Amino acid sequence: MKIIIAFIILWPFAGFLFNGLGRNFWSKKTIAYKATGYIVASFVFSILAFLHVQTNGAATVHYFDFINTTTLKIPFEFKVDALSSLFLLVITGVGSLIHLYSTAYMKDEDAPHYARYFAYLNLFIFSMLLLVLGNNYVIMFIGWEGVGLCSYLLIGYWFTNATYNYAAKKAFIMNRIGDLGFLLAIFWIIFKLGTVSYDSVLTAQSLAKLSSTDITAITLLLFVGAMGKSAQIPLFTWLPDAMAGPTPVSALIHAATMVTAGIYMITRSNILFSASEITQNVVAIIGISTALLAATIAIKQNDIKKVLAYSTVSQLGYMFLGLGVGAYSGAVFHVITHAFFKALLFLGAGSVIHAMHHEQDIRKMGGLKSKLPITHITFLIGCIAIAGVPPFSGFFSKDEILAAAFAKNPIYWALGVLGAAMTAFYMFRLYATTFLGQFRGTHDQEHHLHESPFAMTLPLILLAVASAIAGAIGVPELMGGHHWLSQQLIPILGEAKEVHLSHETEWILMGISVSIAVVALLIAVSVYRKKADAAPQTTLGNFLYNKWYIDELYENAIVNPLNKFAGFLKHVIEKNIIDGAVNGTGKLVQYSARQIRLIQSGQVGTYILFMVLSIILMFLFWFNDLSILTFLFKLTHKS
Amino acid sequence: MFLLLFLLIPILAAIALLFIKKEQYVNAVAIAAGLFTLLAAVNIIMNKTVSFDATWLPVLNSRFVLQADGVAKILILLTAISFPAIFIATGKNQTHQKNIFLALMLLTQAGLMGVFLAGDALLFYFFWELALIPVYFLCSIWGGEKRIAVTFKFFIYTFLGSLFMLIGIILLYTNTLDHSFAIESLKHANVTPGQSASAFALFFIAFAIKMPIFPLHTWQPDAYEQSPTAVTMVLSAVMVKMGLYGIIRWLMPLFPDAFLAHANIVVILSVIGILYASFIAIRQDDLKRLIAYSSIAHIGLMSAALFTNIQIGVQGALVQLFSHGINVLGLWIIADIIEQQTGTRSMKALGGLAKKQPTLAILLVGFSFANIALPLTNAFVGEFLMFNSLFQFNPYIAAAAGVSVILAAVYTLNMVQKVAYGEISSAVNNMQAVNKNAQAVLIVLIVVVFFTGVYPQPLFDLTADTLKQLFVK
Repeated sequence: MKIIIAFIILWPFAGFLFNGLGRNFWSKKTIAYKATGYIVASFVFSILAFLHVQTNGAATVHYFDFINTTTLKIPFEFKVDALSSLFLLVITGVGSLIHLYSTAYMKDEDAPHYARYFAYLNLFIFSMLLLVLGNNYVIMFIGWEGVGLCSYLLIGYWFTNATYNYAAKKAFIMNRIGDLGFLLAIFWIIFKLGTVSYDSVLTAQSLAKLSSTDITAITLLLFVGAMGKSAQIPLFTWLPDAMAGPTPVSALIHAATMVTAGIYMITRSNILFSASEITQNVVAIIGISTALLAATIAIKQNDIKKVLAYSTVSQLGYMFLGLGVGAYSGAVFHVITHAFFKALLFLGAGSVIHAMHHEQDIRKMGGLKSKLPITHITFLIGCIAIAGVPPFSGFFSKDEILAAAFAKNPIYWALGVLGAAMTAFYMFRLYATTFLGQFRGTHDQEHHLHESPFAMTLPLILLAVASAIAGAIGVPELMGGHHWLSQQLIPILGEAKEVHLSHETEWILMGISVSIAVVALLIAVSVYRKKADAAPQTTLGNFLYNKWYIDELYENAIVNPLNKFAGFLKHVIEKNIIDGAVNGTGKLVQYSARQIRLIQSGQVGTYILFMVLSIILMFLFWFNDLSILTFLFKLTHKS
Repeated sequence: MFLLLFLLIPILAAIALLFIKKEQYVNAVAIAAGLFTLLAAVNIIMNKTVSFDATWLPVLNSRFVLQADGVAKILILLTAISFPAIFIATGKNQTHQKNIFLALMLLTQAGLMGVFLAGDALLFYFFWELALIPVYFLCSIWGGEKRIAVTFKFFIYTFLGSLFMLIGIILLYTNTLDHSFAIESLKHANVTPGQSASAFALFFIAFAIKMPIFPLHTWQPDAYEQSPTAVTMVLSAVMVKMGLYGIIRWLMPLFPDAFLAHANIVVILSVIGILYASFIAIRQDDLKRLIAYSSIAHIGLMSAALFTNIQIGVQGALVQLFSHGINVLGLWIIADIIEQQTGTRSMKALGGLAKKQPTLAILLVGFSFANIALPLTNAFVGEFLMFNSLFQFNPYIAAAAGVSVILAAVYTLNMVQKVAYGEISSAVNNMQAVNKNAQAVLIVLIVVVFFTGVYPQPLFDLTADTLKQLFVK
C-alpha cells in the first residue's frame, strides 16, 4: 500500500518537475504525452488503491515525520479509506480526461507556456491528492493551500492580462481569508487535544474532552475555511472571476475538484459537525442561501462560463445544505455526480468557445446544434443531469439532499426546490440560447464553425456517459436499490440515520420537485428557442445582471476603507507621528546641545550622554526604583 | 579552538583585502573566506556543542568565552551561508574601492559571529558594537542619496540601544558574587526585583531597537532603502537576528520573572507591529521598502512568539530565525538584480518580468510564496508553530495576528503582479541576461527553501538543546 500511495502522489509531481524544469527543452508532443500519461498512471494506481480498500479495508501509511518536537508531532501520513479512495478516483479520473482535453484545447500556446500550463495542472493534481489523502489536518492544509496556489497560477495563466491577474489575486486572497479560519481551527484542536491526526481527533474520546463551545468554535472555523475554498457566502465572489483561466482549468479546478474540498473536509470531520447543532444550522442556512443567491444571478448572465460558474456556486450551496442537515453521503454523492456533469458542461463550453474563436457571449451564438453535434448532445445530457431529471445522475444526488432537508425542516426543502427550478431554467436558457435557433454571430465566425478534435470530444463523450449513469451508485431503497455509496461510507459516517420519511411522502416530494424542474426547463426552452435575452430592462433584472452589486459592496465597504487606513498609517502615523517623534527627539537634543555648547563643546558624545540621562530619568519614573541611581553613584565614585 | 575560526577567517581575510587592489582577486578572496567559514559552520553543526575559553580582560574578570549551542549554531549557519551568497550574487556590481568595502563586510561577519558565539556578557557587548561599526561606514560611504542623514539616525538609534545594554550588563556585573560576566554568574546576581526589572528593560531596549519592535522601527526601512543592497542583505537577513538572539540567549535565562511580567505588553506591541507593518507594506511602491516592512512584520511574529514563553512558539521562532534569513536574502538578491538592471525600484515602472526574464520571475514567485509562508516552503513550519503558541497565549491576539496571513498575501501578490506580470515595461525591457552567479545562488537558496519546508526536522534537531535549556528546569 505504501508503494501504491507513493505512486499515486508522485506521478503528478514527477509530471510537474518534468514539464516545469524542462519547459524550454521538450516538444509539445512530449509535454502532452508526459503530462497526461502521468495522471493516467496515477489514475491506474488509484484504482488499485480503491480495490485494495474494497477487499482489505482502510489503510494508513506513514512516510516520515513532518514536525516532531517534544510538544507536537505531525507525521507525513496518508489514509486511504472509502471516502478518500472515492475522491482519488474522481480527481485522477476526471483529471485524466481534462488533461487529455487540454492537449488539444491549448495547442496554440508556445511550447514553454504549454509546458508551464501542464506543470501547473500536474501540480494541482498533486496538491489535491495531498488534500484528500492526508491523515491529519495539517497535511490537508498543505494540500488546501497548494490547490489555492495552483488555482492562482492557472487563473493568471495569461499573465500579461491585468484583469486576469487581478482575478487570480482575488481568488488567492479570498481563499486566504478562509484559510485563516481553517488555521485557527487547527490551533484550537492542537491546544485542546495536542494532536491533529484524524485517528485521535475524530473519536468519541476526543469529543468528550471538548466542551460544546470548543466544538462549535472549531467547526465554525473549519467552515470558514470551507466557505473560502468552496465559494460560499460571503466568500464566493472569487469563483466567477476565476473563469479568467483557460476553460479546462475551470472544469477541473473551479468545478469538479478543488471547490469540493470544503465538502470533503466537513464530511471527514462529520463527527465534530454532527456534535454541534449551531454549526449545522449555520452550514445549512449558508448553503441554501448561496444556492439561491447564485441561481438568481445565473439567470441573467450572458457569458457562457459565468453562467456555469454561478451554477457551480449554487450546486456547492446544495452540497452544504446536505452537510448541514446531516446528509453527508448525499453531499458526497452530489460531489461525484456534479464532478461529472459540471466538468462535462465546462468542457462543452470550452468546445463551443473553441469553435467560436474565443467568443463567450451566448447572445452572439445560437443554432450551434447542427455545427457541433457531439458537443451539442453531450452538453444537453449535462443540462438534463444538472436539472435533476430522472434517471440522470443529478436527480438521484439532488433528491437525496432534498429529502434529508425536508426531514430536517420543510422550509429548507421548499427553498431547495425553488433553487432546483431556477437551475433547470437557467441551464436550459443557456442551452437554448447557445444551441437552438439561428446563428447570431458574425459571418466570419459562422464560416469557421467546426466540431472539436477527437482529443476534446472523447472526454465529452465519456463524461456524458458518466453523467447519465452515475446515479446508479446511489439508487435509494425506495426504488429498490441498495445505495452502494452510503453502504461504502458507513465506516466514516456511521450507520445512516438519515431520512425518516414514509415512502409515500418521498414519492410525493420527488414528484413535486421533478415536475417543477421540468416545467421550468420547458419554459426556458420555449422562451429562448428563438431569441437571446435582451439587455435587462427592469430594476430587478439589472440587479441580478449586476450580481446583486456584491463586488461593489465589498469594494466600497471593505477594500477601499482598508486601503485608506493603510495610507493613513503610512502617511500620517508612520511619517509624522512615530518617525516625527524620533526625529523630534534628535532635534531637541541637538537644540539643547547647542545651548549647552555655551559651557561645553557640543560633540556628538555629549548629546548621546544627555539622551542616556533623560531616558534614565524616565526609568526612574517608570520603575519607581532608586537602585539604578545608587548604582550610577557607585560607578562614578569608583572611577 | 575551532570556534576561533569563525572570527579569524573573516578578520584575516579583511586584513589581506586591504593590500589587494586588483578587482578580480578582491572578490575571489572574499568568496573564499566566506566559503571556508561555511565549511567550518557545517563542521560544527555535525558535531556536538563545542566551546572555547581564554583569558581576556583579567582586570574585570571578563573571559573570552565562545560557545555554540543550537541557537548559536543555526545563526552561525545562516551567517555563514549569507555572506558568500551575498559576495557571489553581488560580485559583479560596480563598487568603488571594492577591497575596503569587502573588508568591512568581512569585519561585520566577524562581529556577527562573535555575537552569536560569546558566552561572556562583556565580550557579547564588544562584538555587538563590532558588528555595528563597519556597517556604519558601509552605509555612510557606499549608500544612496540620503545616506548621511539615514545612517546617522540608524547609528544613533542602535548605538543608544547598546549603551543601555551596557549599563544593564554593568548593573548585573557589579552585583555578581564573583564579579564575572559569565552567563551563569549574571544569572545568580544578587539583585533586588526592581534592579532586575531595570536591567531587563535596559537589555530589552537594545534588542527591541535592533529587531525592531514597534514603535522603535522607523530607522529600519530608511536604512534598508539607503544602504547598498549587499549591506541591506546583511542587515535584514542576519543583523536583525541579533535582537532575537539576544532575547533567547540573555533575556530569557537572566530575567525569567521580569520576562514573564512583561510578556503581555511585548506580545501586544509585537502584534500591533505585525499588523501595522503589513498595512504599510500594502501601500509601498518602492520594492526595497516593501520588503523592509514585510520583514518588520515577520520579525514581529518572532518576537511575539518568544515572549509567549511557550515551548512550541519558541521552537518555531528558532527555526524561523534561519528560514526568514534565507527568504529575505532571496528577495533582496532579486530586488538587487532588478534595480541594477532597470535602474529603478518603483514597482509602478516595472512589469513584464515574466515575459522578459522567465527564470528570474519564477524565482521571484518562489520566494514570494515562501514569504507568505505557503505550506511546504520553509516559513510555514516556523509560522505555524509560532501562531500555535500565540493561540495558546491568547486566542484573540492570535486571531488578530493571523490577519497578517491575509495581508501578507495582499502585499506580496501585489508586488508579484506589478513586477512580474503584465506587458513588458520600458524599464524591464532594458534588462540583459541575468548574471549566472546570482542565478546560481538563487537556485541554491530556493532548494533550501523547499527542502527545509518539506523536511524541517534537521532544524528542529539542531535547536533541540537550546529549547531544553530554556524549558527543562
